[in-house]
Amino acid sequence: MAVNVISPGLSTTVQDLGRPGYYHVGIPISGGMDRFALRAANMLVGNDEGAAVLEAVFLGPELEFTVPATVAVTGGDLPPKLNGDERSTWEAFPVKAGDRLSFGYLKSGARVYIAVSGGIDVPVKLGSRSTYTLGALGGHEGRALKAGDSLPLGAGAGGKGAIPANLRRMPGNPAELRMLPGLYWHRITAAAGKQFFADTWKVAPEADRIGYRFKGGTALDFVPREQPFGAGSNPSNIVDACYPYGSIQVPGGTEPIVLHRDAVSGGGYMMLGCVISADMDLIGQLQPHSPARFVEVSMDQALAARADRKAALARLRAHLGR
Amino acid sequence: MSIRFSFGGDEHIFAEVSEEMSLEAFFTSLSMTNAVKAAGITGVTEICPANASFQVKFDPDRIKPGDLLKELQSMEGAASKSDATLQTRIMEIPVFYQDPWTHETLMRFRERHQNPNATDLEYAAEVNGLGGVEDFIKAHSSQPWFVSMVGFVAGLPFLYQMVERKRQLQVPKYLRPRTDTPKLTIGHGGCFSCIYSVRGAGGYQMFGVTPMPIYDPTQKVSYLQDEMCLFKPGDIVKWKSVTRDEYDAAIEAVDANRYEPVIRPATFSLSAFNKDMGSTNAKLMETLHGR
Repeated sequence: MAVNVISPGLSTTVQDLGRPGYYHVGIPISGGMDRFALRAANMLVGNDEGAAVLEAVFLGPELEFTVPATVAVTGGDLPPKLNGDERSTWEAFPVKAGDRLSFGYLKSGARVYIAVSGGIDVPVKLGSRSTYTLGALGGHEGRALKAGDSLPLGAGAGGKGAIPANLRRMPGNPAELRMLPGLYWHRITAAAGKQFFADTWKVAPEADRIGYRFKGGTALDFVPREQPFGAGSNPSNIVDACYPYGSIQVPGGTEPIVLHRDAVSGGGYMMLGCVISADMDLIGQLQPHSPARFVEVSMDQALAARADRKAALARLRAHLGR
Repeated sequence: MSIRFSFGGDEHIFAEVSEEMSLEAFFTSLSMTNAVKAAGITGVTEICPANASFQVKFDPDRIKPGDLLKELQSMEGAASKSDATLQTRIMEIPVFYQDPWTHETLMRFRERHQNPNATDLEYAAEVNGLGGVEDFIKAHSSQPWFVSMVGFVAGLPFLYQMVERKRQLQVPKYLRPRTDTPKLTIGHGGCFSCIYSVRGAGGYQMFGVTPMPIYDPTQKVSYLQDEMCLFKPGDIVKWKSVTRDEYDAAIEAVDANRYEPVIRPATFSLSAFNKDMGSTNAKLMETLHGR
């Protein structure tokens, strides 16, 4: 009852829906960056929506199954191949003992979720199987997979079906990331705030599970102030504070960084607000150099967007008869 | 002190007690987060105190953001009036200052530093107007520090020195952050010291290392089996300068899992501290050393 790792891809980790409850000691929630795709993959193979899957970024792993199972790959368009024959993404397919799953080249998106019926059964740490690599916690030995690893599988019945394109979700071009201004938004001038939303940014190469950096926009103008005691001398510095998930910090006022599931929990940079919960999944599907804009929304709009995402999940469940 | 509240997206309320750091701001933040915890508000999922601010994460499907905000605001009066007395712990953390590992690392990143011709400790002594490295180490390790925040990465404590503001050590962070910091490095940036719980990037000046693990995801270290992270906000820390031999002996004890940290229960009163810092700290030292 195992999946053997023949080659690990670029950075493949075990993830579920995360590990809430320890952010106050600096342990972030972790879990799939694109939770919608993670849930979809689990639904297709008949798992609980929050079962542990593999998250692969840019390059897929090569895996060997030791038992028959059902597999589904969702998220970005990274074509799966079973014993060399291409399979569809967002569709369940059976595998036999000895079968090998590999991947072609990434066509769109950034991350795929590989669900196997029964789920990846690594030990639960602090309530989750998710990998937090910075803290060497959870997942398989607290790290990204390596060739030669063997991942235990849980018991599972298997599922079937496919999810059509109209029920999936991927970022547009440019990606539009809705954000609620706040936190230290008052530290920048009104003109700088306007420009921040007007600019089209590009995802920088420094983009990972901790956070996504964006570049190519206009540097921020700060409202002048005498820096408070303990904050540090740069106008973008604050007395070290908590960082919300999705918060947009701008060190030095130049390149915004959106913190994601493996966020650092606090630090000394001002934040302009947060990307709303409904759009966090989209960030996980952005490749470096892809264009993105930040779109201002109100709390009411953020809550409406959140309700839309719940409805989209409900449509997925209905489609698969769950 | 009036708390500034702001929504962090649709899942967080961020609260800034004060723009500047002070023990008063920290205590208000701690009593607010304790009050929120005690209130057991439906829909609140995480409560994170920080140096002079705090954050509450919530599930907007279970509580309306505006309702939670009102509830937090209603607690503000009680929290700021509460007697700032804390039942806490004092612990001794051994530090091997000027160790070879942070020295090797700081030499690798000299081009990112304000003074490429000095070590981090030499620079810190100079910008604080102290005679030299030995004087700086004395200033760093002679008085206790408050854990005013835990975070950044798993189990990393931010520490605030328990002395008058004019005596507080202040050192700018590196001009550009390093991509590497040895595990268990004692760092300092702005007015805060820290202990890097894991190896990784960092921008604080590096002064030394402690042999004492403070985060253990495997939960094997004898004193980290219940909680992976040693520190909690409100803990009091006293650095103890140790030699290479003492460091090596401690590492041997850690490796054999028989290292016993010095940790004692302690009471701290902010008003007593503000009245007489010297004697408050002296009493804390007596508590630490079991006298």
